[in-house]
Amino acid sequence: MTKIKPRVKVPSKAAVGEMLEIKALISHPMHTGRAKDKKGNKIPRKIINKFSASFDGQDVFSANFEPAVSANPYIAFPFKATKSGEFKFTWVEDGGAEFTATKTMTVS
Amino acid sequence: MRLAISIMMALGLLAAGANAKTPYHDGTAEVIKPKDKDHPLGEVVSGYDFRKAMIRDVQDDDFANPAMLVADYGEEQWTKVEGTAGKSMSEVFQGCAEVPLNTVGAVYPRYHSAGGKVMTLEQVINMCRETAMGAKPYKWESREMLGLTAFIKLQSRGSRLEVAIDGPASKTFERGKELYYTRFGQLDMSCAHCHEDNYGNYIRADMLSQGQTNGFPLYRLKWNGVGSVHRRFRGCLENIRAAKPPYGHEDLVALELYTAWRGNGLKVETPAYRN
Amino acid sequence: MKKNLEMREISRRHALGMIVAAGSVVATGMPAFADGAAVASKIKGLTGAKSIGEGSIELDLPEIAENGNAVKVAFSIDSPMTSDNYVKTVHVMADGNPTPDVASFNFTPAMGACSASTRMRLAKTQNIIVLAEMSDGSFKQAQSIVKVTIGGCGG
Repeated sequence: MTKIKPRVKVPSKAAVGEMLEIKALISHPMHTGRAKDKKGNKIPRKIINKFSASFDGQDVFSANFEPAVSANPYIAFPFKATKSGEFKFTWVEDGGAEFTATKTMTVS
Repeated sequence: MRLAISIMMALGLLAAGANAKTPYHDGTAEVIKPKDKDHPLGEVVSGYDFRKAMIRDVQDDDFANPAMLVADYGEEQWTKVEGTAGKSMSEVFQGCAEVPLNTVGAVYPRYHSAGGKVMTLEQVINMCRETAMGAKPYKWESREMLGLTAFIKLQSRGSRLEVAIDGPASKTFERGKELYYTRFGQLDMSCAHCHEDNYGNYIRADMLSQGQTNGFPLYRLKWNGVGSVHRRFRGCLENIRAAKPPYGHEDLVALELYTAWRGNGLKVETPAYRN
Repeated sequence: MKKNLEMREISRRHALGMIVAAGSVVATGMPAFADGAAVASKIKGLTGAKSIGEGSIELDLPEIAENGNAVKVAFSIDSPMTSDNYVKTVHVMADGNPTPDVASFNFTPAMGACSASTRMRLAKTQNIIVLAEMSDGSFKQAQSIVKVTIGGCGG
């Protein structure tokens, strides 16, 4: 797929009870299956169909994407900081390929 | 005369209402007064200020701007060791570029002494790869080249464009100016017809900007990807049904130098996000 | 500063004027959209024809999207997000796209708040419908029209 690493915004430090905004961006054409290439052939559908975020091993948030989600899918969501730990972000592509990113956060 | 009036009215009708949400029309845009007496524009404004909030907000956030992903990829190329000399671009670039890294975005394209002509960053990168690294040149619109030019120019982000057009660059500058005002193609239009005579007005439902280049390479929604300024020039020529010179052609280099000069004073926004 | 028009320039500008006048129709609002039925049926499938409440959902959508390729869609739902009272899932639908589903978002109380932001493709001016499913099985809905304009040029 893409040779480009995702961009994830997670603060490295936060205060207990602080409301954070987590952002995640990944490079992907999100082929809808409707577009045609220069020769007139349909480009088959291939999208990131799921994004999930877990913190300290617990599932926290997930999103299911349809072809209507734009290329280079972006997602932002809230998270309340309660303890230090590691975020794991997973993107799943049609066909099962997975792309991941991790970020640690210190909460005090 | 009547035709001209009805066209103005049609343009005016579209211009009403929806205009108010761009900084140019709201009066909140940064407006540069050109220092050069011969500058054809009384005010210099970035393309950023002709866009609505939905587009500007993305550029303002490095975690929302997909162009940053390409710049990240460029950073990987920057430190990658490639070629027979066993070096990375980061080790040899200073010697090749002739200017400090954090000024490149503000001063390119420029007359390059070793190259003996005005050169774009793409051309210098490839010259560097061949002579200093012993590596193969990149294709102009390859992800590697787009990424690397985005990453390098990003190091000047926020500083003001200041390309030189005097001395050995003046001939190229004059050629660029000539091209800017030349009518091309079946639609018989020049760059000036849209970007000088009609910026701030609409063409169908697109608001025309001044055609500044301070954000290139940039992500365009139309492309769903990042592209160079030569891609933009070629696309426009295709739209007016004109023949397109190949990437890197001396005429496109001249146009790049001339349009950069028109934007002198604007902040470097690379890698920008546009319509 | 606009240059004085010469005879030759007027004929080219006439063409430009015609293109501009034709394009002016695009930005105006449109009445009913292509597939309200598909969305209604999808909502019925999700809610089991339960009554749907209003309120609590704040939508953040542009009034006019300059480009349909990446239109911001964001929402925020007022909810305590405690384990016995939280928003479970939010569905985003677009009734003028080839298929109505855009995305769905699954929340947990650990998040502390319910909101999300992403970018979607819109084929044309249409209604965006946001349907929220609560932990107690109830539903809330909000919708808004986004006008999508067609660009004129640009290579």
